[in-house]
Amino acid sequence: MKKPFEALVRAHGATVLRVCRAVAGPDDAEDAWSEAFLAALRAYPDLPAGANVEAWLVTIAHRKAIDQLRSRRRAPVPAGEVPEPRHTRTQPAFAGWQRDLWEDLATLPDKQRAAVVYHHVAGLPHREVAAILGGTAAAARRASADGIAALRRTHAEGTDDDRDR
Amino acid sequence: MTEIADLQMPDDADTLRRLTDRLGRAAEAADLLDVAYRTVDSPLGRLLLAATPRGIVRVAFETETEDEVLDELAARVSPRVLADARRLDPAAREMEEYFAGRRRDFDLAIDLTLVMGFRREVVQLLPTIPYGRTASYAELAAMAGNPGATRAVGTACARNPVPLVLPCHRVVRSDGTTGAYRGGPEAKTALLQLELAHL
Repeated sequence: MKKPFEALVRAHGATVLRVCRAVAGPDDAEDAWSEAFLAALRAYPDLPAGANVEAWLVTIAHRKAIDQLRSRRRAPVPAGEVPEPRHTRTQPAFAGWQRDLWEDLATLPDKQRAAVVYHHVAGLPHREVAAILGGTAAAARRASADGIAALRRTHAEGTDDDRDR
Repeated sequence: MTEIADLQMPDDADTLRRLTDRLGRAAEAADLLDVAYRTVDSPLGRLLLAATPRGIVRVAFETETEDEVLDELAARVSPRVLADARRLDPAAREMEEYFAGRRRDFDLAIDLTLVMGFRREVVQLLPTIPYGRTASYAELAAMAGNPGATRAVGTACARNPVPLVLPCHRVVRSDGTTGAYRGGPEAKTALLQLELAHL
């Protein structure tokens, strides 16, 4: 039997917010969250009984967050306007991470990024990540590990850059 | 890589409350809010009020658990159920007026999706019993054109999806005792006393 949609928002709202922050960045995360839950509400009556609701929501959130990121990139910055310093208030506190995680994540190949977000941010087991991405759990684990290794390299470079400046 | 999982921020609870509220408004604007609900405090305890775009569809007493009521709405009306107060504002206001003795009849659109057939006919007759008065189950059965259906009338009243709004508390046993009530017999007695006091 299908739960009332309110129960999904309560159970998974925080996880979806983490996914949106990680992929779209704090400035666009809330729009991505709203878009994701509205799209989910629209499709919910047709979701097959027994579907993994969390994986379904996380997949929608990931897609909406990428949409937000892309539309932000496309939006022209008006000439002569000095961009405001970003993330002074909204920056998530993750220890020692000086660069913007979402910007580094955006540089990963699609499959690696998705694997990192689904497993490390949303907390889905590799088996469920594999069900979303296709392929085996081992392949999902490898994509996630490769993505993390790439992020570590970027992070290390970023820290070096900061030191040189 | 613990830092990746650690994307919580101190104001998360507030942010989620704000986002949930925004979702309710967006859902209403997109015609996706099939069932909106809220709770109100009353002298009979917490009441849950639920409405579809067509009208109020459910009034539940504290004696029914909220989860069960919402599960029933999801199964029998639509799974698109969200907590959203706005649609229920008129109902909440009328409840408050009723409990204060300032209102005798509810002036709300009613959605009787949850009740079918003879039971629906019976509950639709309830507002014909005037404020502060009572009718017996047998009298209501006769009004419904089926004098032998006293038991069925009793079931219809006991399962009235919108108690208070459709006043099943005004239907009592022929011997004058109050009989069963969805909110408990004490609630039924209290409502009848409230109405007598404001006649």
